[in-house]
Amino acid sequence: MNVSASTSVLNISAIRQKFPILNQKVNGKDLVYFDNAATNQKPLQVINALTDYYQGYNANIHRGIHTLAEKATKAFEETRSAMQEFIHAKHVEEVIFTRGVTESINLVASSYGRAFLREGDEIIISALEHHSNIVPWQLIAEEKKAIIKVIPVSDTGEIQLEDYKKLLSSRTKIVAVNHASNSLGTINPIKEIINLAHAHGAVVLIDGAQAAAHLPIDVQSLDCDFYAISSHKMYGPTGAGILYGKKELLEKMPPYMGGGEMIKDVTFEKTTYNDLPYKFEAGTPNIADVVALKEAIFFINELGKENIAAHEDRLLKYAAEKLGALSGVKLIGTAPHKVAVQSFVVKDIHPFDIGQMLDARGIAVRTGHHCTQPLMECFGIEGTVRASFSIYNTKEEIDQLVEGLDRIIKFMK
Amino acid sequence: MTTSQIQDEIISEFSLLDGDMEMTVFYVMELGQKLPPFNEGDKTEDNVVKGCQSKVWLTAKLEDGKILFSADSNTAITKGLVSLLIRIFSGQTPEEILETDLYFMHKIGMERFIGTQRSNGFAAMIRQMKLYALAFKTQLQAK
Repeated sequence: MNVSASTSVLNISAIRQKFPILNQKVNGKDLVYFDNAATNQKPLQVINALTDYYQGYNANIHRGIHTLAEKATKAFEETRSAMQEFIHAKHVEEVIFTRGVTESINLVASSYGRAFLREGDEIIISALEHHSNIVPWQLIAEEKKAIIKVIPVSDTGEIQLEDYKKLLSSRTKIVAVNHASNSLGTINPIKEIINLAHAHGAVVLIDGAQAAAHLPIDVQSLDCDFYAISSHKMYGPTGAGILYGKKELLEKMPPYMGGGEMIKDVTFEKTTYNDLPYKFEAGTPNIADVVALKEAIFFINELGKENIAAHEDRLLKYAAEKLGALSGVKLIGTAPHKVAVQSFVVKDIHPFDIGQMLDARGIAVRTGHHCTQPLMECFGIEGTVRASFSIYNTKEEIDQLVEGLDRIIKFMK
Repeated sequence: MTTSQIQDEIISEFSLLDGDMEMTVFYVMELGQKLPPFNEGDKTEDNVVKGCQSKVWLTAKLEDGKILFSADSNTAITKGLVSLLIRIFSGQTPEEILETDLYFMHKIGMERFIGTQRSNGFAAMIRQMKLYALAFKTQLQAK
């Protein structure tokens, strides 16, 4: 395939070589992978780190005294340090390994929510949230008789800050919003959201699932209280992720799960808990995937997030222009600041049909409500077709998407 | 014709497309467009066979010991697949429907529509048609 790398400081063609999965045919056509917001593909260095771990030093961590256990522990903790640097956390123990954003949010909702929410307290989320940043709050709100308030979004898919300001009050205890929307790509003004929440004494959780591979993250300058990341959306393995939490908050929070690793001393009468971060890491963690996550961080660092974002932004603008020009296509999510996600609907053609027909041409997109049913309701639609781009995608691939879509639209007329 | 004969006929028709997935999908959708119109009044919650992304409406009635199915879908591809099921099952006896092993999907490259009940109503529809057949069979035996 011809790859135009001339517009990028990065050699996209060389980058593609690092992703063996891309080199395949689907339904007889070259694979075009545009489902990156669901999960992106893994570079060889991440895949190799997984096999190296299992072939070379698989062992249970932290308590072993033998060589393999030492080596595994060191590798595991190196990822923690790399992640600390990646998000610029003040302390390494503020990085807690979880299975991903969903678990991270559930951890905060269960632990912080259970300890600090009172009847009548309010939790503010936005209409842009993924179900994983809605349902955990509903569960704890029901238990504690707290109230959930929702910040509306504009027609372009942007959070309405004026409405947010009106929702804030002394009753607001938690604000939970995403850094970037998975359905629409909107990048939210989280710094402003955090500052406003803090002025009312509320803590803020940022769902960073869609941001981690694209946007700079500095939890100290953001001053967010919690920040959640999934490994698999940033070139790392599935089943791993982190919760960042401010040390003073994490220390005040009760454990989320009980078991091994999270204890200091256990008697049948009384258990004392381990220090951070282990207090929140009960049981044998996902060692292999956490170890390989470090390579994903290195991969991003080597390319530079700015360069990644610049390339993806070019793809996004190109896609929006080309898709928007097709007859009957309506772009959903047109905020000026977006990560590389473009949702759209086509007049009189169900997203499911479009997804199936594109797949027949080897093009992978996502269709449906993208786990944001309330957001889809805001736009009065059942779902969208979503194309999301990554560092290894090219303009030529977008041309293929547009060509395929054009064919479908003409056929369905 | 028996349900096997109809399935073989379908397989033979699709074989002309030479395994081209895009042509196959387009052909499936064309078949859906030819499905007899579904009574809009029958698009009730009771008649919905629900999938996460595509849904199907299905009705059945018994005439002279044979089941007549009518169906529609909100997505074109599912509607096309549904039309194939109607072609195979409508006008057959309950016994014939219950004994039929559906194999045509695997032969025309549509097998992945079967395993993903969560995303489309097609797989759920097959089960629903067989349930109708069972119900009518029981009804006939009771007479």
